[in-house]
Amino acid sequence: MKEYSFYPGCSSEKMASAANMENSVHHMCEILGIKLKEIDDWNCCSASIGYAGGGQLPRMALTARNFALSQAQSPGKDVVATCAACWLALRETQERIEEEPVVKAQLDTVLKEANLTYDGHLKPRHMVEVLIEDVGWDQLKAKVKKPLKGLKVAGYVGCQTNRPFGVCGDNFEDPQYLDRMIEATGATAVPFPKKVACCGGALAFSENENACKLIKEILQSAVDNGAEAIVTPCPVCQLNVEVYQGKVNKMFNTRFNIPVLYYSQLFVLAWGGSWEQAALNQQVVPATALQRFA
Amino acid sequence: MAYNLSFARKVYKNAEMGHWIKMCMQCGVCSGSCPLGPLGAWEFGPREIFQRVRAGKEEEILGSGAMWMCTSCYNCIVRCPRGLPITHIVHGLARYAVETGKVKPTQPTARFATKVFWNNIVKTGRVGEAALSMHLYFIDGIGTGISNVLEMKDVALGMLKSKRLNPIPFRGKIKGYDGFKKMLDKAFELEKK
Amino acid sequence: MADKKIGCYICTGCGIGDALDIAALEVVAKKEQKIPVVKNHAMLCGAEGLALIQKDMTGEGVNALVIAACSPREQGEAFRFDTRIMDRVSLRELVVWVHEQADQKDADTFEEDRNMAAGDYLTMGCMRVKKMNAPEPFQDPGFSKDILVVGGGVSGLTAAREIAKAGYKAILVEKSDALGGHVAGMHQVSASKPPYRDPQPNPIGQLIAEVEGFKSIEVIRNGDIINTAGAPGLFDVTIKTPSGDENRRVGALVVATGFKPYDPAKLGHLGHGSSPDVITGLEFEAMAKAGKIVRKSDGQPAKRVAFALCAGQRDAAHLEYCSSACCIASMKQARYVQDAYADGSAYVIFQEIRTPGQMEDFYRGAQDAGTVFIKGDIQKVATGSGGLDLEVKDKLLRSTETLQVDLLVLATGMEPNLDTQDPNVPAPVKPGPETSHTTLNLQYRQGPSLPNLKYGFADSHFICFPYETRRTGIYVAGPARRPMGIAAAMTDASGAALKAIQAVESVARGAAVHPRAGDLSYPSFRVEACTQCKRCTEECPFGAINEDDKGNPLFNPTRCRRCGTCMGACPQKIISFANYSVDMIGSMVKEVTMPEEDDEKPRVLVFCCENDAYPALDMAARNRTPLSTYVRVIPLRCMGSMSLVWIADAMSSGWDGVLLMGCRHGDDYQCHNVRGSALAEIRLSKVSETLKTLQLESARVRMIEVNIMDANVVVDKINQFVEDLSELGPNPFKEF
Repeated sequence: MKEYSFYPGCSSEKMASAANMENSVHHMCEILGIKLKEIDDWNCCSASIGYAGGGQLPRMALTARNFALSQAQSPGKDVVATCAACWLALRETQERIEEEPVVKAQLDTVLKEANLTYDGHLKPRHMVEVLIEDVGWDQLKAKVKKPLKGLKVAGYVGCQTNRPFGVCGDNFEDPQYLDRMIEATGATAVPFPKKVACCGGALAFSENENACKLIKEILQSAVDNGAEAIVTPCPVCQLNVEVYQGKVNKMFNTRFNIPVLYYSQLFVLAWGGSWEQAALNQQVVPATALQRFA
Repeated sequence: MAYNLSFARKVYKNAEMGHWIKMCMQCGVCSGSCPLGPLGAWEFGPREIFQRVRAGKEEEILGSGAMWMCTSCYNCIVRCPRGLPITHIVHGLARYAVETGKVKPTQPTARFATKVFWNNIVKTGRVGEAALSMHLYFIDGIGTGISNVLEMKDVALGMLKSKRLNPIPFRGKIKGYDGFKKMLDKAFELEKK
Repeated sequence: MADKKIGCYICTGCGIGDALDIAALEVVAKKEQKIPVVKNHAMLCGAEGLALIQKDMTGEGVNALVIAACSPREQGEAFRFDTRIMDRVSLRELVVWVHEQADQKDADTFEEDRNMAAGDYLTMGCMRVKKMNAPEPFQDPGFSKDILVVGGGVSGLTAAREIAKAGYKAILVEKSDALGGHVAGMHQVSASKPPYRDPQPNPIGQLIAEVEGFKSIEVIRNGDIINTAGAPGLFDVTIKTPSGDENRRVGALVVATGFKPYDPAKLGHLGHGSSPDVITGLEFEAMAKAGKIVRKSDGQPAKRVAFALCAGQRDAAHLEYCSSACCIASMKQARYVQDAYADGSAYVIFQEIRTPGQMEDFYRGAQDAGTVFIKGDIQKVATGSGGLDLEVKDKLLRSTETLQVDLLVLATGMEPNLDTQDPNVPAPVKPGPETSHTTLNLQYRQGPSLPNLKYGFADSHFICFPYETRRTGIYVAGPARRPMGIAAAMTDASGAALKAIQAVESVARGAAVHPRAGDLSYPSFRVEACTQCKRCTEECPFGAINEDDKGNPLFNPTRCRRCGTCMGACPQKIISFANYSVDMIGSMVKEVTMPEEDDEKPRVLVFCCENDAYPALDMAARNRTPLSTYVRVIPLRCMGSMSLVWIADAMSSGWDGVLLMGCRHGDDYQCHNVRGSALAEIRLSKVSETLKTLQLESARVRMIEVNIMDANVVVDKINQFVEDLSELGPNPFKEF
């Protein structure tokens, strides 16, 4: 059984906004025989708007602590994140530790305050990278027991799993991996021009109306292209595009009611998992379109 | 007189990634790539922000809402033909506006990011989403707070029903909180130098 | 030489033998064309095939060859024999590959047509060789291989150095008393080596020392060229110096006279003349070199300096073009300000920054040093209390701002420091001292200056032969050719030096320079039949032909590029090459048998430029593009050599139409011989009269432009012509 160190992040805590991702990822890994060993006592990565409160060093210190804990608890294991922002923070911090000796030295000093050390050699991974690179496309297809045939899905990659690092060298402007995942479950990936558009991210809190304008464009594009569901790897994308549909409908006099799911939920369902194992009971917009495969 | 370089030189030196502003060749790919551009949400895109720094327009730029419209989508960063870390430069300028006290006190993202979000992390080590929302909604006092809550109640109810919102908003600290706090303090201290 | 004995060798490889009736082809050569030796081989370009030919040449006395195999553009190395009389018949490309059976319905007819095509090509090849004589190279005991370099600036110095390093003698003529030109007045130069970010020390002193150190370089200072007579290998140049006239016989010239800075007095709108603190880039260079970057008005330190790019450039009222070096030069000059003053501020006010190649890194270096770039226009320059107040419309701020500086430096453009002439205005200039006002004072019938194309710069074939001029053996380098910076000028000078060396070496062998590099033929003039119409002397794209007092042509063989434009121009048919003549092509045209009208097999003749259209056709053949089997292609040296006689020959002998495929002409011409295709078109405009006298439709003759990248359309264009002709019906002359 392949084991990874796991950094779930705040949104994947119990009863947090991405609990449906956490639950489905858990079952997805169970089916694949992957063990995720959660970093004990991890802390927040400060996500994308941490910059305003903390400078670069305090922000990197947050992530360095997570690396240090991971190194102590799961020596040498890749650190897997499911959240886009968590993964990005790991990637950015790791990159700067590797390339800037000054940063590395400063972080060593900071870690010492908590009696921690990090030698700088862990590899941050996104869960989709694990699926593509370690599990492989053949396995992802071979596991299918209930092909989601006929299901039309818009693959919504969003921003931070795509930019600035990207997944497995995929193209920033038109990444393919998510469509391939959708197709691997037997479903159909519809053309989706808003594939890499921004949902507003954290601005959904502070600039809600602007965010809703962006969300509306994404929903409209999915519906126009015949999608019955939107699938994404990102917890912020999922949350924003799902829960603000009511608000969008009010603002624009529209009637969007399209489920927004995680790739992990599609896999669990296609691989024979139950509705609950796929956490499809945890949707705010019910995943009615998938009921025919339950 | 415009283009007095004293402000630009301060930014190059003191704002995170600020020195990169010199390297902008003003092609405008960043501004054209910003998702907020078509919404008319900002008065200046990154290119215009940078040119204002070079033109010495300190008050205008640090007091503007432009940098606070960044969603961190990183479109500008991957498209910049000069390879400038534009997203980070914009973040750095936003933070510089906070540090220099030039940011408008009513700037909603600035308030949320500093007073709510960051404090939330610092207090416990993790973000409690429910607490985060409550903080945000009540930031302007109890009156607007309640109306904010009412406006968002459908969302909250949906989240509660799907077991994706904890009805008990305040979580405890992480176990290693003391070390965590010391680390942060040290990091701030080092950065000040 | 001994009598001509022709051997005809047919290759049956590459599918030729499978597709064609080889026995029938041998009959064509042997019986119809009476070729004494006719053989075939399964792989003519292989060792055995080549030995077969060689054996006949040594054993049977074969001294002229018809090789019917692949395109003459293929296997040139293999089919190199000790004979100057040879033709290559392209059975593979022009017959087999373009006529692959596509439709089985008319298989028999198709095969018949394909064999007819092969037979016709072989007939024409045999006729060509029959009409061909061995060219004898032009030789003169007075040939010189020395090279005269005009101009002692960075371009000329580089050219002289490269000539000397290659083992030739250079004579460097400088009009002033000092070497170095504009560059000598510069403080530093832009980056020429990695990491290309920072200015470098000025190399001119070292370059001058190097040039002066060569024994094989003669430097003539204070020299003025008052006469350039002769031709490549035989140029006689007279240089006036304070100590009397110097005469030099040289083989070729490199003209590196550099640029004239645009007159800043015309730039009043940018404040020039309103304050001594508005200066030019060259003036600023002098300041920096002297170590005194100060305000001219009061001598105070100039810590704030603005650079106005495109000053009087890309501007219909001034220079319309970009001088290409100013962006980089101004970035360099901005660095002087930062180097001189730690608190200095440099501003570059620009429209568009143009920093090609590695200079993008130089741009980065300038930005990194803190130079502020402002995209905008200077709307007003006024003298304020603390310096110059520039009103700048900043296009990014979308506002007009006031920028206060100590100096405003104008990046004025470059004009060629070389007189040129419009090639389209006939300039019959008699040789003589009254023409001594030009740079070279060329004793050419077409005028004393080099022909230009645009903006007064000497024309060069910008696609294929950038250092070329329209005068063989005279190469222009550096900003005299087009605006350019120092690094480009040095590269340019090296290129021109090598071209000049090629020229003197080719001349010594009696061979042409490109595009017909190595060609030993040159035209001969049957002067006794000349009517003094002067078409040849006017039309030669290279000015090769002077005139005597009576208007008879005086031909200069070493100026000639062998394009045959004179031959095509001559109404008296008095001009011909040993291996290329009006009679030769005419005979080929007439030798092809025209099928009876009832056979419904039209015949369409294509005259095809060998430089562009023919390779395009070869590429189309390689792609197996189906061409009409009614078409026969004859390559020409250049459309300029096209004689209207051939059109008349074709029409009167029953061809249904003639298509001419030449290069693009006009300001963006691609013709290797500059004007060949343009002249062909002019001649063709007169052809409709000829056709009318024959009672024929002018639509039977068409000229089209084909360039080398047209492989995907060239065949369509030919087929379209064949289809259009079918609407006219057969040529009525078929009956005769």
